[in-house]
Amino acid sequence: MPLRGNLRDFSTDKLLNLISLARKTGTLTIEGPTEAARMAFREGKLIFAQVGNEDPSLAFVLRKVGKLTDEQARALHQRAEAANDKALGLLLINSGYVTQTEILQSIKQHILDVAYRLFTWVEGIFNFEANASPPAERITVPIDLDNVIIEGSRRMREWEQLQEELPNLDLALKFTDKPDARLKNVNLNVEEWKVVSYINPKNTIRQIAKANTMNDLDIRRIVYGLLQAGLVELVRPIGGTRPLPGAPQRKPLTEAAKQQEKSLVNKLISRIRSL
Amino acid sequence: MQTVKMVVTGPFSSGKTQFISTVSEIDVVRTERKISSEAEKIKESTTVAMDFGRITVDAELVLYLFGTPGQRRFDFMWEILSEGMLGFVVMVDSSRPETFREAKSILETFRAYAPTPYVVAANKQDHPEAWAPEDLRIALRLDPNVKLLPCVATNRESVKAVLLELLYSILAEMEA
Repeated sequence: MPLRGNLRDFSTDKLLNLISLARKTGTLTIEGPTEAARMAFREGKLIFAQVGNEDPSLAFVLRKVGKLTDEQARALHQRAEAANDKALGLLLINSGYVTQTEILQSIKQHILDVAYRLFTWVEGIFNFEANASPPAERITVPIDLDNVIIEGSRRMREWEQLQEELPNLDLALKFTDKPDARLKNVNLNVEEWKVVSYINPKNTIRQIAKANTMNDLDIRRIVYGLLQAGLVELVRPIGGTRPLPGAPQRKPLTEAAKQQEKSLVNKLISRIRSL
Repeated sequence: MQTVKMVVTGPFSSGKTQFISTVSEIDVVRTERKISSEAEKIKESTTVAMDFGRITVDAELVLYLFGTPGQRRFDFMWEILSEGMLGFVVMVDSSRPETFREAKSILETFRAYAPTPYVVAANKQDHPEAWAPEDLRIALRLDPNVKLLPCVATNRESVKAVLLELLYSILAEMEA
């Protein structure tokens, strides 16, 4: 029986639960609205994950977690061993760059990052191909799905809440003019600083996320925190999007037009007073 | 005939429809539906598209009041409603602190849609559980220069006072 459907009707948590309970082996592909993802399973355990065009190679994974510099990752890509993660892993361990545990931990973290991202997908055609294995050159790490489902569901609820708080990622941010809001008195982590460095009414939240390769959940979480702290406020992006038809245009008014507008407001005031 | 528009927004059940009904010279055109969500079953029906009230100023000028739908799943309407508005009122149910965070979020979204003057109405001040406006200001983290006005949406004088303060703000901005 093919395992095919849409996440709209059968969400990621239910899908993973089914794979776990049925101890399935195979590859699940999901075609989301903007990108695709695939996860491989062996006897109900998650062993491999990839999303979009992200490079699933060991060099990329180690660079992402900071075990390799950009330059080292680039240099490794040019070596023949880079084509095979197992060969590359051995080379790195033998050269003393990383330990085996660090490699396995990094891959596990990468797989989990991808899996948790998929919990925020509410739409996407999925297809489970039984017995299809991940590419042979990749290192697989078996991960029990029970904890993944619990943590993923928690993140899904958080994502839903954050989406309600911050429904529109096409808005921009600007620093508040409040005199008591000063960045120097605030402790921000690295991810928050990355976002802060892009805050400008010209950049939409979506663009900031893209520039920092952050997913919707992460960018919403950070922006929500900055909004709650009163450091930033939402604004319509400058120049980026079309002006709303009929929206008040901020072009300078002539003195006559100004007087006319004032007269209109004064009329409204008189009328409301007389109600 | 010239028409101008003001928007009344705020969380679900904050009193937007009542606010408009109290001053509108026509029966408010309501687009209400029975509540579907269990969590929101504190009243029988809610606004899903918009409320629409009217105040005729003279033969040449009419003020329209638009109420936004209170449930977030209809927030796609907000941007449409905010087009061309003179200013907006953010209604907050002072007796339901669980809605304050959403009120703040709605306020920020509307400010981003249109940089027009606005006031915040601390509604249901006649409710025994209502928070005092000065406490609400802190809860909503409003700047001291933002007008936060006590309001009872069923009382015409109270609604008039809110609308007048909004108009004074609009006038002040024109003079600035």
